[in-house]
Amino acid sequence: MDDVELASGRAPVIEPGYTFGSVTDKISSIVLTRPTSNGWFVGFGLAFLITMMLLFALGYLFLKGIGIWGNNIPVGWAFDITNFVWWIGIGHAGTLISAILLLLRQSWRNSINRFAEAMTLFAVACAGLFPLVHTGRPWLAYWLVPYPNTMQYWPQFRSPLVWDVFAVSTYFTISLMFWFVGLIPDLATLRDRSENRWAQMIYGMLAMGWRGSARHWHRYETMYLLLAGLATPLVLSVHTVVSFDFAIGIVPGWHTTIFPPYFVAGAIYSGFAMVLMLAIPIRKLYGLEDFITDRHLQNSAKVMLATGWIVAYGYGIEAFMGWYSGNRYDSFLLWNRLHGPYAFFYWMLLFCNIGIPQVLWIRKLRTSTVGLFLISLVILVGMWLERFVIIVISLHRDFLTSSWGMYYPTRWDWMTFLGTIGMFLAAMFLFVRILPMISIFEMRTLLPEAEVKPE
Amino acid sequence: MKTTRIYGIMAEFDSASDLVAAARKTHEAGYRKIDAYSPFPVEELAEAIGFHTNRVARVTLIGGIAGGLTGYLMQYWMNAVNYPVVIGGKPPHSWPAFIPITFEMTILFGGISAVLGMLALNGLPMPYHPVFNVPRFAMATKDRFFLIVFSTDPQYSPTSTRQFLESLGPRSISEVLS
Repeated sequence: MDDVELASGRAPVIEPGYTFGSVTDKISSIVLTRPTSNGWFVGFGLAFLITMMLLFALGYLFLKGIGIWGNNIPVGWAFDITNFVWWIGIGHAGTLISAILLLLRQSWRNSINRFAEAMTLFAVACAGLFPLVHTGRPWLAYWLVPYPNTMQYWPQFRSPLVWDVFAVSTYFTISLMFWFVGLIPDLATLRDRSENRWAQMIYGMLAMGWRGSARHWHRYETMYLLLAGLATPLVLSVHTVVSFDFAIGIVPGWHTTIFPPYFVAGAIYSGFAMVLMLAIPIRKLYGLEDFITDRHLQNSAKVMLATGWIVAYGYGIEAFMGWYSGNRYDSFLLWNRLHGPYAFFYWMLLFCNIGIPQVLWIRKLRTSTVGLFLISLVILVGMWLERFVIIVISLHRDFLTSSWGMYYPTRWDWMTFLGTIGMFLAAMFLFVRILPMISIFEMRTLLPEAEVKPE
Repeated sequence: MKTTRIYGIMAEFDSASDLVAAARKTHEAGYRKIDAYSPFPVEELAEAIGFHTNRVARVTLIGGIAGGLTGYLMQYWMNAVNYPVVIGGKPPHSWPAFIPITFEMTILFGGISAVLGMLALNGLPMPYHPVFNVPRFAMATKDRFFLIVFSTDPQYSPTSTRQFLESLGPRSISEVLS
């Protein structure tokens, strides 16, 4: 496709020549008939091994306690909370793509929403793990939930940490339901297309007897739109509440009103980077270039460029307020970021999140798969560094010089962090193998023959 | 010989446009107990079979309001009535701090009501349904469109209804056994 077509945004979201049948066959055959490739087994096996490493690290953690990590006062939050915020930020792209782009009638979303939603679920699952194990006694984590108990007391609802429990669990529940109800019509397709008795039964039970009745579709469409309408403020609220964990505190660099919008923009930034890092290899390996076209990559790149600038504005305001507030702790924080012991990471963060992504202004790079993949990787690293900088640099030198300290991650920190990446990838591998990774029924609506001709 | 009851007569169409046209004509001919099946949502179809409004939005609204009230009253009762604790010099009923959870609970209950409301109103889960007895109906989740007149319709007659459906130019006609 030529550049003019791409630039005008008229490039197709689905290549011409497809029918309802061929779209259905192409997507469902990946699950039903296509033999599982050796590459899948190798990839899943590796991800599974890394997941086992995570379980090992967690097992040892439960045995010994969080002393095996590098966190210690003054740096009580370190890798765990960094990873929590990083993962939950990545999870934001799924709901953004499914809900907000649905409300904005961006039909190009139809081919990437399904696996972006799956990505959201797995990322939120990885995120949820960290605060849980960081409590130190995860078997008592249910104390965070208000329930009548023999101690006769209740959670303290003025604490942003309790808000976080509600925000993240609501987000996970709504994302799960959004993903699952989106799957129901496609599960019915798999039920009817499958030749294997077991597959028919399992997909059949999951599809709950969906038969595509006009009355059912009517209610379904209402429900889907309402759920999108509810998920849209939710997705913006979740990272806002996560940012409150910091902003409500009085630590220099945390106590700022720019945090909510800047966290949400950063979340979408890293989320789209993860979507691209998954979409680019998946569309290549499964030959789905006709459905996930250059237009999708181009649009995602533009979203990253826009949110990247919002994030850059956030960094700018942080630095400006460090100087303008006249607060000596805030201005010291700025100095400490630029020249302190962790200065390398701050400069790397600026390089990864503001510097490198500017090449996305070049149209050639926005459609180059290799280029986009690498830029997305850089952005994900940059966004991880952003959370590390916010958490560790602020904590390690706060108000009293006598309580300054340093944080160094231990091997257990690294194993837990890398382990969740393995768990995330293992879940993605299973997902593309057993469920349709592109929404089949929504792709059908994009075909010209789906239009009802007036009589 | 005939031990099974007829559930309805089903006609198969090739395109969404044909189905909508046929559904309209069937409705105009006075048939009311009818349904149409398509592999993707077709906006005009519900209208064509005379199904105009659904109650999902109402259920969602009620769920959302219930969630918001539950969230706020829960916090108020727990932190201001049952076990008041002074935190940061704030009053026990420090309502601004209760807003985030009230909001989240509104969304949570509203979302759950939307999904469960849709499933319940649709009568799902229902793994067995007579229409699945028609072998060709497996194509309804791929690329075929079906119209059914249920035998409970007052105008239904095994012969004239079949003739009527045949006049709509379907690809095939099948009897649905229950």
